[in-house]
Amino acid sequence: MEWANQLCENRQFGSKMTDSKYFTTTKKGEIFELKAELNSDKKEKKKEAVKKVIASMTVGKDVSALFPDVVNCMQTDNLELKKLVYLYLMNYAKSQPDMAIMAVNTFVKDCEDPNPLIRALAVRTMGCIRVDKITEYLCEPLRKCLKDEDPYVRKTAAVCVAKLHDINAQLVEDQGFLDTLKDLISDSNPMVVANAVAALSEIAESHPNSNLLDLNPQSINKLLTALNECTEWGQIFILDCLANYTPRDDRESQSICERVTPRLSHANSAVVLSAVKVLMKFMEMLPKDLDYYGTLLKKLAPPLVTLLSAEPELQYVALRNINLIVQKRPEILKHEMKVFFVKYNDPIYVKLEKLDIMIRLASQANIAQVLAELKEYATEVDVDFVRKAVRAIGRCAIKVEQSAERCVSTLLDLIQTKVNYVVQEAIVVIKDIFRKYPNKYESVIATLCENLDSLDEPEARAAMIWIVGEYAERIDNADELLESFLEGFHDESTQVQLQLLTAIVKLFLKKPTETQELVQQVLSLATQDSDNPDLRDRGYIYWRLLSTDPVAAKEVVLAEKPLISEETDLIEPTLLEELICHIGTLASVYHKPPSAFVEGSRGVMHKRLPARTGSGEGTECPDVGNAAGGSAPEAAPSIIPSQGDLLGDLLNLDLAPPTTTGPTPSTSGMQMGGMDLLGGGLDSLLGGDIGGSPAMGAGFGAAPTVMPASLNAPVGGGLGDLFDLGGGVGMPMGAYIPPKTVWLPAMKAKGLEISGTFARRAGVIQMELVLTNKAMSVMTDFAIQFNRNSFGLAPAGPLQVLTPLGPNQTIEVSLPLSTVGPVMKMDPLNNLQVAVKNNIDVFYFSCQYPISMLFVEDGKMERQVFLATWKDIPNDNESQFQIQDCHLNSEAASNKLQGSNIFTIAKRTVEGQDMLYMSIKLSNGIWVLAELKVQAGNPNYTISLKCRAPEVSQCVFQCYEAVLKN
Amino acid sequence: KSCQALMIFLHLVLICRNYKGDVDMAEIDHFLPLLMTQEEEGLTCPIMSHGNVHFLWIKHTNLYLVATTNKNSNASLVYAFLYKVVEVFTEYFTELEEESIQDNFVVVYELLDELMDFGFPQTTDSKILQEYITQEGTKLEVAKTKVPTTVTNAVSWRSEGIKYKKNEVFIDVIESINLLVNANGSVMSSDIVGTVKLKTMLSGMPELRLGLNDRALFALTGRDKGKTVTMEDVKFHQCVRLSRFESDRTISFIPPDGESELMSYRINTHVKPLIWIESVIEKFSHSRVEIMVKAKGQFKKQSVANNVEVRVPVPSDADSPKFKTSTGHAKYVPEKNLAVWTIKSFPGGKEFLMRASFGLPSVENDEMEGKPPITVNFEIPYFTVSGIQVRYMKIIEKSGYQALPWVRYITQSGDYQLRSNF
Repeated sequence: MEWANQLCENRQFGSKMTDSKYFTTTKKGEIFELKAELNSDKKEKKKEAVKKVIASMTVGKDVSALFPDVVNCMQTDNLELKKLVYLYLMNYAKSQPDMAIMAVNTFVKDCEDPNPLIRALAVRTMGCIRVDKITEYLCEPLRKCLKDEDPYVRKTAAVCVAKLHDINAQLVEDQGFLDTLKDLISDSNPMVVANAVAALSEIAESHPNSNLLDLNPQSINKLLTALNECTEWGQIFILDCLANYTPRDDRESQSICERVTPRLSHANSAVVLSAVKVLMKFMEMLPKDLDYYGTLLKKLAPPLVTLLSAEPELQYVALRNINLIVQKRPEILKHEMKVFFVKYNDPIYVKLEKLDIMIRLASQANIAQVLAELKEYATEVDVDFVRKAVRAIGRCAIKVEQSAERCVSTLLDLIQTKVNYVVQEAIVVIKDIFRKYPNKYESVIATLCENLDSLDEPEARAAMIWIVGEYAERIDNADELLESFLEGFHDESTQVQLQLLTAIVKLFLKKPTETQELVQQVLSLATQDSDNPDLRDRGYIYWRLLSTDPVAAKEVVLAEKPLISEETDLIEPTLLEELICHIGTLASVYHKPPSAFVEGSRGVMHKRLPARTGSGEGTECPDVGNAAGGSAPEAAPSIIPSQGDLLGDLLNLDLAPPTTTGPTPSTSGMQMGGMDLLGGGLDSLLGGDIGGSPAMGAGFGAAPTVMPASLNAPVGGGLGDLFDLGGGVGMPMGAYIPPKTVWLPAMKAKGLEISGTFARRAGVIQMELVLTNKAMSVMTDFAIQFNRNSFGLAPAGPLQVLTPLGPNQTIEVSLPLSTVGPVMKMDPLNNLQVAVKNNIDVFYFSCQYPISMLFVEDGKMERQVFLATWKDIPNDNESQFQIQDCHLNSEAASNKLQGSNIFTIAKRTVEGQDMLYMSIKLSNGIWVLAELKVQAGNPNYTISLKCRAPEVSQCVFQCYEAVLKN
Repeated sequence: KSCQALMIFLHLVLICRNYKGDVDMAEIDHFLPLLMTQEEEGLTCPIMSHGNVHFLWIKHTNLYLVATTNKNSNASLVYAFLYKVVEVFTEYFTELEEESIQDNFVVVYELLDELMDFGFPQTTDSKILQEYITQEGTKLEVAKTKVPTTVTNAVSWRSEGIKYKKNEVFIDVIESINLLVNANGSVMSSDIVGTVKLKTMLSGMPELRLGLNDRALFALTGRDKGKTVTMEDVKFHQCVRLSRFESDRTISFIPPDGESELMSYRINTHVKPLIWIESVIEKFSHSRVEIMVKAKGQFKKQSVANNVEVRVPVPSDADSPKFKTSTGHAKYVPEKNLAVWTIKSFPGGKEFLMRASFGLPSVENDEMEGKPPITVNFEIPYFTVSGIQVRYMKIIEKSGYQALPWVRYITQSGDYQLRSNF
């Protein structure tokens, strides 16, 4: 290890006659010297040598080579030397298992030594030698030590059982050590009892379901007795063990609590916290109308408060736990707000935790003080702390309605400071306040808008955009404000993009006349130019909503939002219960169940609080709380799993505050919207094409009322990719390419003749043009443009005519096309209007392309999906065609079709008739499903096409015909 | 259950004891980088994790004491234990620092073995440990062939056979005032943390009983005479029988030998701040800061506060200090950005004044500065602010000797902060 060498080289522990001198002697070549010294006859020299060895070991040098020599020193009556040798053994036995056997005899012997310190040392070290081979030799000595007359040896042996169990559990069970360990719980010596309990608990942890601890009223009684007598650490072992017990009834529970409460006065914080754990757990069983329950509640507060005068790390653990306790039983600390006020010199981790608890304890009674404090904190310099303080003000406003106005004005004061991060945090929380108290504080919007430019954090930008969208009708220049964000749309974070999309849709629904262009812009940015599936999905859904039913869109997008509740970041109740059972542990600090961070604990049962039993059961009256703690009845906060479901998402709750959403809204409009959307979602599950084709269908169908036709669109392109169902990409046979036809005769174009065709080659759509100059002069400067068309076809690059086209010259040009151009439904669907320019003039022509060139390579649908989709598409959308005079068998037909990306998914033969099931996917994500009936000997095929956009069927049929017949 | 391994190190591992062997010791290499990342972000946390390994650490002077675990360990136990380790090592070596560990590594290893076994803390009472783990290894052979029975006794804090010629016990009742005052002068929080410290010089195994004018006690016994005090929360040394206190409020115990902290208590009753500070801090940007501080002793005229120190924060770029005080003297401590006004003796009821002015550079420091509060240190002997009193200390030993208890009272500043509005 490098650092070790450094240590030796850099430091010269020197002349002082202390242990540090040993560190100076470990230079290279010294191993040999050490070896000689270890084998010296002189005791003193030997000891010095061992010390040097240990010193080397301490700084990380490998001195394992000296193993036999060091082990030889083991047999000594010098206790210090023996300890050092044992230390060496613990470190190196694992790397030298064969030689470790050499030590066994000495261990056995040492376990019989008249000096109990040596017996204990031997048994303690034994367990630390993690070498399987030698463990069995150690069973006999261990057995003796467990029954040793000296409690010091017994307490050490008890721990050794746990060590041995860690190495070889089976051995420990076979040897009956577990029973001996259980017997030690009744030992006369409290320290032995404590260690036995600790060892058993440790072992039980790896056998979660064994009843190893066998806790029953008798054994519990023994533990409670030992609790009064053992060391502080022993008390913790016992309390932690008690916490695993479930009393049989409330009476037993109370009697245990009574005997545990004195521990709350222990000076050791860890004892206190373990006692709190037992009490918090067992009081769950006490009837709330019991006087004792109230007494207990009162007894818990002072020790919890005192924990805050402990060392900062212990304060931190205490605060994390208090956070849980406050959620579970808010009445305990509700009068103790002041002790959580932050001190200037608190470490940052303490400050942040205190702040969190302050918010939880905030109530009408103390809100004035809390706000004054929070305002103070918000002017501190520690950025994280300041942010949290500002956020806390917002949470107070939401939690304590009476304080909302004061909170808002405090926030406005803070915005006036112009400190950038303060302003941003303030805007984020003001958005939540608007959510909680709609139509109450909108007068501040103007102030907020002034700070628009200074917002550079996504969360703040998103919040501001939400506010503008939500109150678009009251902000005169809402469209300008939103438009200003749109400029850098692609540089914004997803959060902002989503919010901007929603806000502009809201704006459009509120002021449709002036904002059409804006909404088109954002929809096309979201759907065409974005790689983010969430953004595209939402874009499509809005698009579809707007184009199908603007009224429904209004009902969905502008629906009344569920109110946000004040119960922020509450831990979900079952987790909270589990965490209460783990008070004081890492789980309680992380606020995560142990299974989340401890390896191999996944199968372990989650701890639960015991159920209330006895007289209190089922008879809790609401005002018991008052009687007990003088508090209002605890209203169990209902917690709904955080949003993220489709519905919540659509309701633009993604911005929704650090809070959980309230109950699902039940306005009919919303539900309709929800249902509809869920239907779409279902489609996506079944058919693999969310919204895409239905939107198309809708777009092609009824003339859209609100949206310009061009909006009906490139829909699905992205989604298609998203739901790529992984069909074959290979093309066994060439795709069908229609023969070239003359598109533009020379007489119509001042001598330029254009003929051509379309092809799909390796997934690229190409327009293949033949340009012929039939005029007398040279033609140059060619360029091409398409009109909007049904599938968004557009040139993917310029028309490459590099050399001038002389008279009577012909040139063939291949123009790659993309499908991301502007969309407009054409009639016929596959019609394309083209403009070609040269140095003479601009010429227009139109042509029709085979729709098969839009069939993509991944159009092979899963069979299951196919089946479901087929069923799912209404029968009205089915069209039947006849293909006549086709002399291929079904196999050949299938192969041929596959060449054009028409994939056969299944084949069925019924009464001599082959039924081929096929799928096609268009470049815009529309799926077409087909059933082709081929009867042997009959040249006439029947084809049924099913598609959510039935308009395409005719074109698809034409392709079938063309492909099969050519 | 608690921790797998314990290490002490500064930039390099000084000493390491692997208690359970199931955490790879190489994991510790992740500790410092993690810590450094956190420090850079200004968000340190006493628990850090890397993969499945969790580091629980404290810092003592420039040393880090780090416990590692991969289980759901009892975190409060680990920290309590780490602080105990610091305490034990400090008592053994006077200072816990790099050199003292290097100089005593053999003893350090021995201690680590006794302090904890397989992650379970064992004997952590340094007085008892000193009976069988000594620094002079050579003596060991002769003297330490037996485990002191104390180690495993129910009375694990006091050895048998202690002898004094003169049996005495000194009781110090020390109360610290914690105070937090808002910038507008209202008291946000104030409490008293009291401790009762003992210096026991008693022979044998004496049984002690301490009587205080604790209101709960008097409520129980029904003998409510004179002034009583309500203690919000009481914490006791291991030696006090807690269940006895719980049932009849009697503080009974066999004391540890020598110095110990018998109990601590917290009192919430609102007391008038003993030293009240009013301050006016005026900052004239680019030119100067004018500070005026008035200190008032709000305690009995007969009492005197000693070594009063009023620490007033000044901007970090302040220079050329000028002071004027009505009593005591003031000085500028630039490394802490403080003006410290010291008054050796401050009688109750008196009021003193200090004026200070500092120059400010014309080019202003645009770094945001915190708003540290004014803090005050003081000490008032012969007086407890809560009025708590020792009514009696009964000492019974089977040999029947007479012993004298001596009591001292002192009130001092704890965390005494007044926010300033500068």
